[in-house]
Amino acid sequence: MRQFLSQLLALAAPSVPAAGAQAHAFLNQAVPPVGGAVPTSPKEIRLTFSEGIEPRFSGIEIATGDGQPVATGPAVPDPGDDKLLVLSLPQLAPGQYRVRWHVVSVDTHRTEGDYTFTVGR
Amino acid sequence: MLLLTCRRLTGFAVATSLIITHASSAVAHGFAGDRFFPSTILTPDPFVADEMSLPTVIINPPSPDGSRAIDIEAELAKRITPDLGFTLSHRWERLKPAGLPAVTGLGGTLDAELDYQFLVNAPHQALGLIGVSAGFGHTGRVQALGAPDFTTISPVINFGKGFGDLPESMPWLRPLAITGTVNFGFPTKTQSAGLPNPNTFNFGFAFQYSLEYLQYHVKDIGLSAPFDRLIPLVEVSFSTALNRGFGGQTVGTIQPGVIWFGRYVQIGAEAIIPASRLTGHGYGGVVQLHFYLDDIFPNSIGRPLFRY
Repeated sequence: MRQFLSQLLALAAPSVPAAGAQAHAFLNQAVPPVGGAVPTSPKEIRLTFSEGIEPRFSGIEIATGDGQPVATGPAVPDPGDDKLLVLSLPQLAPGQYRVRWHVVSVDTHRTEGDYTFTVGR
Repeated sequence: MLLLTCRRLTGFAVATSLIITHASSAVAHGFAGDRFFPSTILTPDPFVADEMSLPTVIINPPSPDGSRAIDIEAELAKRITPDLGFTLSHRWERLKPAGLPAVTGLGGTLDAELDYQFLVNAPHQALGLIGVSAGFGHTGRVQALGAPDFTTISPVINFGKGFGDLPESMPWLRPLAITGTVNFGFPTKTQSAGLPNPNTFNFGFAFQYSLEYLQYHVKDIGLSAPFDRLIPLVEVSFSTALNRGFGGQTVGTIQPGVIWFGRYVQIGAEAIIPASRLTGHGYGGVVQLHFYLDDIFPNSIGRPLFRY
């Protein structure tokens, strides 16, 4: 019974992986923040996920409030953290932007999402 | 589930509660675009999945005759292909009639359901599923626990809709989602022990508010674990007899509660409030531990049997 409970806690805990298993990757942190505002153009978008991600099948795109894509390079994983995906940005004019992301966790589960943030004047 | 609250009341209640038992055997772990739909306890989920509910412990409200019952359910959902799946479920039951010793054993029916996922619309966070379920007679203790001696066949339509596609000007409504089911139950015997078994119309809904969607898709309000994985919800389920002398009689429950989901499991807890006198009186409760087999065993039993 004690062993069963230990295994159960391991499955439930957000930070304790079960041997050989990964889960769907949910967004855990976003910079700039979801629905937030920043006073000046950010240098990059940093998205942290709940699981390690497969960079070849993951990406971030950004568009202006009226849907025009913003030209960027590809999103790249942080060398020291396989849960962190980073997109370098050009200088952004004041206004609202929409970030779209899609990731594939290392066990091949795909998830996606989007959110907006505002650059101040 | 409602079987326990109604079985001693009328033959109609017995028959209709069979269908509610099907409805309580929820399944799955699903996405439509960026919307995550949890597996709900009462309302069948609108997607096929590789998941397991073990256990679901139900403390039923007192029946109109004063009897109390506790159910312990298990359910397995398995995908055959990415769009085709089946579920199997059954339950153990402890029934304590007023003034009599408790009786235990397999209650209700062994339920099996075959489902086809006909709709996944990512932009509009919409899901649709059709299926057919069967609650097999004589798979529970008929005499002691009132389990059915007949099989019930039910064509099923389940659906889900997230409201993340609402305009940005309505941020606080975008975390809302609704899932639901509509089905008919057709018993294979018109009567049992002298009481009629009517055909039934069954429907239910789960109204959900995802704090995960709010925090990570709409507006960062500073939620952190475990609160950023909570989904408060209210589930309702009703069953109406259509014929054989019980036409129009309805039983149902209202179940407010909350679901928390983690990497590999989710935990749900709900109160059970009878929605009609036929259903029972007082209050009950249910808790469920639910495993995402597709996340725990992604390369074996957590994947479809066949891919195409």
